[in-house]
Amino acid sequence: MISGLTVSERHLALFVLGALALTGLAMAVAGRGDPLAVHGYIVLVFSLGLGFVVLSALFDPEPPEERLSEYYDDPTRAGIILSLAWAVAGMFVGVWVAALLAWPELTFVDSAWASFGRLRPVHTSGVIFGFGGNALIATSFHVLQRTCRARLPGQFAPWFVLIGYNLFCLIAATGYLMGMTQSKEYAEPEWYADIWLVVVWVVYFLIYIRTLQRRKEPHIYVANWYYMAFILVVAVLHIVNNLAVPVSFGHAKSYSLFSGVQDAMTQWWYGHNAVAFFLTAGFLGMMYYYLPKRAERPIFSYRLSIISFWGITFMYMWAGAHHLHYTALPQWVQTLGMTFSIVLLVPSWASAGNALATLNGAWHKVRDDATLRFMMVAAVFYGLSTFEGSFMAIRAVNSLSHYTDWTVGHVHAGALGWVAMITFGSLYALVPWMWKQERMYSPKLIEVHFWLALAGTVVYVFAMWNSGIIQGLMWRTYNDSGTLAYSFIDSLVAMHPYYIARAFGGLLFLAGAVVCSFNVWMTIRMARRARAAEPAGDVPLYGKAGAAPAGE
Amino acid sequence: MEIDHNSVVAFAKSWGLFYLILLAAGVVVYALWPGNRKRFDRAKKSILDKDDRPGD
Repeated sequence: MISGLTVSERHLALFVLGALALTGLAMAVAGRGDPLAVHGYIVLVFSLGLGFVVLSALFDPEPPEERLSEYYDDPTRAGIILSLAWAVAGMFVGVWVAALLAWPELTFVDSAWASFGRLRPVHTSGVIFGFGGNALIATSFHVLQRTCRARLPGQFAPWFVLIGYNLFCLIAATGYLMGMTQSKEYAEPEWYADIWLVVVWVVYFLIYIRTLQRRKEPHIYVANWYYMAFILVVAVLHIVNNLAVPVSFGHAKSYSLFSGVQDAMTQWWYGHNAVAFFLTAGFLGMMYYYLPKRAERPIFSYRLSIISFWGITFMYMWAGAHHLHYTALPQWVQTLGMTFSIVLLVPSWASAGNALATLNGAWHKVRDDATLRFMMVAAVFYGLSTFEGSFMAIRAVNSLSHYTDWTVGHVHAGALGWVAMITFGSLYALVPWMWKQERMYSPKLIEVHFWLALAGTVVYVFAMWNSGIIQGLMWRTYNDSGTLAYSFIDSLVAMHPYYIARAFGGLLFLAGAVVCSFNVWMTIRMARRARAAEPAGDVPLYGKAGAAPAGE
Repeated sequence: MEIDHNSVVAFAKSWGLFYLILLAAGVVVYALWPGNRKRFDRAKKSILDKDDRPGD
């Protein structure tokens, strides 16, 4: 893969890795006795290790000119593998923390890093940023090039984005285990990790803009608009919510620039828009490309996709306040958040309906093809969870649902049912194209994965609905003398069976992700074997006259 | 005019409304504009093209 870079790009890579290694060294020296130093060493080892990889191919010949008449897919291939690795790791930790809730005595590792509070963000960041983020980066490079009919402008920048982003994820996860957190949901990493992510994200945005400038299509396909909204808005959210002052440059701890209710509002403006633009916009981009492509039918209504795009982009921005009902936040801001959350149902259902209407007339394909079925179920869950979200944002409903497991169930209906399903569907479509195979190694295993994922999601979500509503009701039941009928511990005992069910549902979902990883791995091996079996197995694919275009 | 909480609220409640209505109208007009139909049709069909090479 390094020999695919031009010689000057290899030099640039070495220079950047050298600068990164020096930064790591500086962090290690300045942060003596602080967890910051551990991160310094991680950065140092990470960049030195990659430096050796680059050095090993430094003197290879320049890549052939023919590469320019092909798309650049190496980063996408690497991104797919990284995404699945994070999926298995993140979901494994998810099952672990679910088991800890069901059986608290399970803390067999008697150290701080193995406690619930430190493991939980490893799960959330691992699946959202590790699994979801890598899948978004990998698919965005693929979709961007195909819909623009233009190759990425350079070969270094996409690698910088992919690897730099994974370094961020690694710093985040190891930081949580050491007890480092900003205590902001989905924004836990400390200041230096945040600054690094800004650098990576700016490069990501520039790749997008530069490729769009080189496009050969007159119109920018709607999937790109969604990916662009994802990149641009996540940058804005990330920068504003993470405005903080570190104790010193040699110290990991920082203090937020905001305080009190302003801090809470900024955090949930960020938090809800992370759901909107990280977990929705980008994955809608995926859906608008891979679903029509797999069904071999154009999207039902292109106009509707544009209207729902602007609807989602402009309305989600105002919905965050619904996380702060019945707090010190001014009543009108709560009402504003609630109102926008309800109106949001319109563009959300427009997208879900657009996807399902695209499949109308191709239901036999949905029946026969588990890959397409993943995407169909994703659209259904997208519709269901956006309806549920609008409903839960209503202040009166929120008084029952807030702080209960219903919220957890809602998040997982979206994350498992929508985000993960559309991702798995897109990956199953993408992997054979990327490794030039006609199909995945085993369609049967896709079928197995589909049913594991669906069963896991349904078990999980139903368990949390039951447990959440029981919790909510127990916390508001009064007896004749006007005091609470149940103590908190009573509600905890009532949760026990649902927590077991939840851990089981999560285990099914994790098993599905493992099956998927195996299937992808075997597909890659199949591709390697096929290449080795060819007479002149060593000729690069673009060197051959009749190289089959991906997707054939 | 002093910028206090109430004046910001008044601004948001009045101009915010107009801004969102104008935006919605603009988007609908753009999406339904007859002249754009050809572009949109081409965009939604061209992704199904099986040719997997950059254009010239």
